This record gives sequence, structure tokens and C-alpha cells, in this order.
Amino acid sequence: MGTVLLNGIVAIVAGVVGVFVFFWALNAVTERVGGRFEEVVKPWVFFGPAILVVTVFLIYPFFDTIRASFFADRFVAGERPFVGLDNYRRVLTDSETWISLGNNLQWIIVVPAMAVIVGLVVAVLADRLKPRQENVVKSLIFLPMAISFVGAAAIWALIYEIQPEPRRQTGVLNAFLGMFGVEPISWYENLLVNDFALMAIMIWMQAGFAMVLLSAAIKGVPMDTIEAARIDGATEFQIFFKVVIPQIASTIVVVLTTILILVLKIFDIVRVTTNGRGNTQVIANYFYTFFEGGNYGRGGVVVILLVLMTFPFMIINVKRFREQEAQR
Amino acid sequence: MTTQPTPPAADTVEEAKQKEPSALSKAIKGDPDDRTGAGWFVKGMLLIISALWLVPTVGLLVSSFRTQAAVNSSGWWTAFFNPAEFTVQNYGEVLQQSVGGSTLAEAFINSIVVAVPATIIPITAAAFAAYAFSWMEFKGRETLFIVFVVLLVIPLQVAFIPIVNLYSTLGIQGTFLGLWLAHAGFGMPLAVYLLRNYIGSLPREVIESARVDGASHFTTFVRLILPLSVPALAAFAIFQFLWTWNDYLVALILLDTARLGQVSTTYLAGMIGTFGARQHLLSAGAFITILVPLAVFFSLQRFFIRGLTAGSVKG
Repeated sequence: MGTVLLNGIVAIVAGVVGVFVFFWALNAVTERVGGRFEEVVKPWVFFGPAILVVTVFLIYPFFDTIRASFFADRFVAGERPFVGLDNYRRVLTDSETWISLGNNLQWIIVVPAMAVIVGLVVAVLADRLKPRQENVVKSLIFLPMAISFVGAAAIWALIYEIQPEPRRQTGVLNAFLGMFGVEPISWYENLLVNDFALMAIMIWMQAGFAMVLLSAAIKGVPMDTIEAARIDGATEFQIFFKVVIPQIASTIVVVLTTILILVLKIFDIVRVTTNGRGNTQVIANYFYTFFEGGNYGRGGVVVILLVLMTFPFMIINVKRFREQEAQR
Repeated sequence: MTTQPTPPAADTVEEAKQKEPSALSKAIKGDPDDRTGAGWFVKGMLLIISALWLVPTVGLLVSSFRTQAAVNSSGWWTAFFNPAEFTVQNYGEVLQQSVGGSTLAEAFINSIVVAVPATIIPITAAAFAAYAFSWMEFKGRETLFIVFVVLLVIPLQVAFIPIVNLYSTLGIQGTFLGLWLAHAGFGMPLAVYLLRNYIGSLPREVIESARVDGASHFTTFVRLILPLSVPALAAFAIFQFLWTWNDYLVALILLDTARLGQVSTTYLAGMIGTFGARQHLLSAGAFITILVPLAVFFSLQRFFIRGLTAGSVKG
């Protein structure tokens, strides 16, 4: 304990001071050289380290993973020979791949939409409360965002718990349904519900994020457009669907895509609850099983599938960025 | 055919006010004269949703204060009717437990050791980069920035196989340094993106006047830009801190927990694996590990929310 604490303090100081000294020294060197050199090199001193780390940790790995996907899945006599498309054939003919892809599809259809619906309902309704009450409600909905996926899984274990009959049910859901005579359900094993049980955890965590952004957008809707509709005799529902929604549509799209990208990579929740059992496998956890087993060839193929799924959003992001820049 | 005569505006308002408010509109708006008020329907809906959202966490909190016998034999909600079941013993006991070679306290310290530099390093590098992308002239500025926009959505899974290989070659696989740098890399695109949005929108005159006064880029950045950017820096720092504190995947792959000990998430995951049957200890342990992010979140909520909205709504 004592050494952990000491090492920890040393590590933090070294890490934090290190990065400052690094930039200061880099800058000092270019200033010392001076002249034209300084003008050309200075920007690189400023953005170079950022470019460097993303190159090392994202760009180079992306290409290296593509390379790995064409080489043997396991070591053969100390090396991984080139195997062409063999890993692709193996992964694409594996039923687990298609189960994972199907589940990821289910997740990206259900979770972002549900999180946005809950977030929108809370944002709209809480907007009518007094500021203090509004803050309390919003904090409660937002709170799960601060919790780790692992922590969330521990929390939801208490909701989904099942006890063998005839013991009393200690899980909230089974106890609640038991009051209506429903037989206890094994939420993580029952093939009909287990995916949704896991998705509910994610919705619980992400609704707050959706709510915060949507609430800010709703408060930005000009009051006079709403007043005008009211004077014309529109009902509250008409105002919401015909006046408010069109004006916050772009924010809704941003929130949907942000959550969707997060959901594509969903890993921890599945890992610590079912670990893919009962047909709950998802791409990121499927990858991890290959990674863990040293099957880098097939693991690489699975990662490439994951990256391919993010491509459309990459294009959307760049397009949106270009539009914003044009408006600047 | 005659066009509908437009009645004077004042009449319309009168009419709208005089119309008897329907039961539905009353349920939504409450007092009809209060234009933004909330009726029983709105309050009821919010109460139900808030309760649904709060129940899981309350369940964990209550369970963590119940005896083992009570936890195993009845649901946590029954504890409200049997206050005698409450105990603080679980917390004492869980602090003694070792999971994967670490106590909870050690895992906690390790989480801080991971999260603090993994927050400071990327935010520093990102702030410098954001300044360059906003206020320095150089070739290919926009193209380079678009690289970060593209990388925003790249799944960090791409990095694992190559980085483990690279780290093994460099001899830093399993170390804190390796973990910090990886977190810096994974967090960088968002950090650069958010900070550039903010730093780029600072008033041009302020920066230019400093430059005219002969301040170097470095001085302008440290003396002027950093203090002006505190809200954005704070927002991203909270975001990244929560992210790295709550991270499980990266720690699982890049931290040598056998040598350096667990972090709070790997500790908790280990607990779920080995303590499955001892829900009372798991609850106490889980509650302790989520205390830090909850405390950070509640004390700095304002900054965090401001950062989120600044990043995505305004873009």
C-alpha cells in the first residue's frame, strides 16, 4: 500500500511535469535557432505532438491491423506466414460473426433511438418546471453517465437477479413481475430478452447525454415561434411536433450519431455480464476473444469489419465539418 | 370568393385567453395563465422517469448496507421495512478483500495514477495543437485538421494488436507510461476538435494585439490563450478524467495488473467474477468505485454540461 502510494505520486508528477517540460523545451530549441527556420517549424512544435500520438495510436495501427489480417492467425514455427484471404474466409463463415453483426445492428437500431426518445421527453417536460426542480430531475437522469460500464453492470445485477424457485426473488424485475404471477425470467440467458436486458443498461447510461444536448437545443428555440403557434391556437402537442422538433432536428441527428458510434463499439457491458453467451455476442467483445487468444489474424479481420461500419459516420462528420467551416 | 379578413391581433390573443382550457392542456401546462408551467401530467411523467432512472443506483446503495443474510434472502426494497438489517460492516470487510492481488485502496490509487496524467497529457498537447490550428498560418492546416475529424469515429480496437506488439518491442508493455500515452492517443481527436472550436472562436483582436506587442506564439499561448480557455479545458478535462477513470478495456489490455496492481474497474470486474455469490460485498465495493466519478460529476456538472453542449450543438 505504502509503495503503491509512493510510486503513484512519483508517476503522476513525472507524467504531468514531463509533458509541460517537453513542450517548453521543444519551443525553446526552435526559438534559439530562430530566423526563417523558426517560422516554418513553430507550427509543427505546436501541433506535432498531437499528430504524432494519433499517428502512433490510431493511424499506424489501422494499417498494421489490415496487414495482420492477411497473415497467419497463429505462429507457425515462430512466425506468421502470409495466408491471403484465409482469415477473411474463416471469419465470414463463422456463425458467431453473423450473430455479432446481427446484435450490433439490433443495438444501433434500438439504443440511440430509445436514448433520444427518453432524453427528449425529459428535456421537453422538465423545461416546464421551475429551474431548481428542472436541475434536480436532469441531474438524476444524467447521473448514470458518470458511472463506468463495469459499475453499471454491477448495479443492474440487482435488477436482473434470479433466484431458483421456490426462493423469494431478490431481483427487482422478477419480484415485480412475480406480483402479477409471471414466472421468474433469467434475464441474461433467456434468448428472447437477454439482448434487450443489456441494451437497457446502455439506454439508462446514455439518455442523460441525449437529454443534456436536446435540452440546450430546445432552450435555443426562439420563444416567438412558439408564441406565434400558441396564438394561432395550436395545441401543445402540435407545437412540439410542428414547431420545436423541426428546429432541433440537426441536434437530434448529432445525438443519434454520437450514441450510435459509441454503441457500435459496445464492449464492457457485454463483457462483464454475459460475455457473449446466449447469442449476445457483439463485434467488440468477439474481437477481444480473438485478441486474448493470440489469434491476431482473425482478430484483425473483425476489427476491419468494425471500422467499415464506422465509415459512413466518418464521411458524415467530415461533411458536417466542411459546412460549418463554410459558415464561419 | 373573398379572402378571410384578418382580425386585429389583439382580438386573437383575447380569444385564445378566453377559450376554456381543455383538461388535456391543463394536465400539461398547469395554470393556464402561466405560459410555461407544469401540470400534473408533466410532473407525473417526470416523477416516473426519474424514479426509474434512480432505482438501480438506490438498489446498489441500499444493498451495500445490508447484512449478507438479508441480501441473500430478500430484495433490497424490503430493507425499508426492516431497518434492523442495516450494517456498515460490508464496507469494512470489502476494504480488507484482495482481488487479483490488490486491495480496493490500492486499486483506487492506481486509478488516480492512470487517470490524472492520462487527462493532463492529451489536454496539454491538444491545447497547443488547437492553438496552431486556429491562430498559426501554415500549409495544409485544414487538411491536417480533417485528419482529427476523421479519427473521431475510429474504434480504438484497431490499436490493440499493433500497440501491444509495439510496446513489447519498446519494453513499455504493461506500464503506466504505456497506458497514459495510449489514452492520450485515443482521447486526442476529441480533445483537439473541442478545443479548436473554442480557441478558434476567441476574439481575433485580442490575439493579434498580443502578437503586435511582440509576444511570441508560446507566450501568447501560455499567458493569454490558456487562461481564456479555462472553461473549455475544464470541460474536456472532466470528460477525459471520467473516461479514463471508468475505462476497463484499455487497462485490461495495456496494464500489467499482476505487477502494478488493479485499477478500480478491473478490480470491480474481478469482484463480479469471484464475488458473484457475495452480493453484499460486491455492492459495497461497486459503490466505493463509483463514488469518485459521481463526486467529480456532481461538483463539476456545470462545466461538464457546458463542454458537452459546446462541442456538439454549436459544433
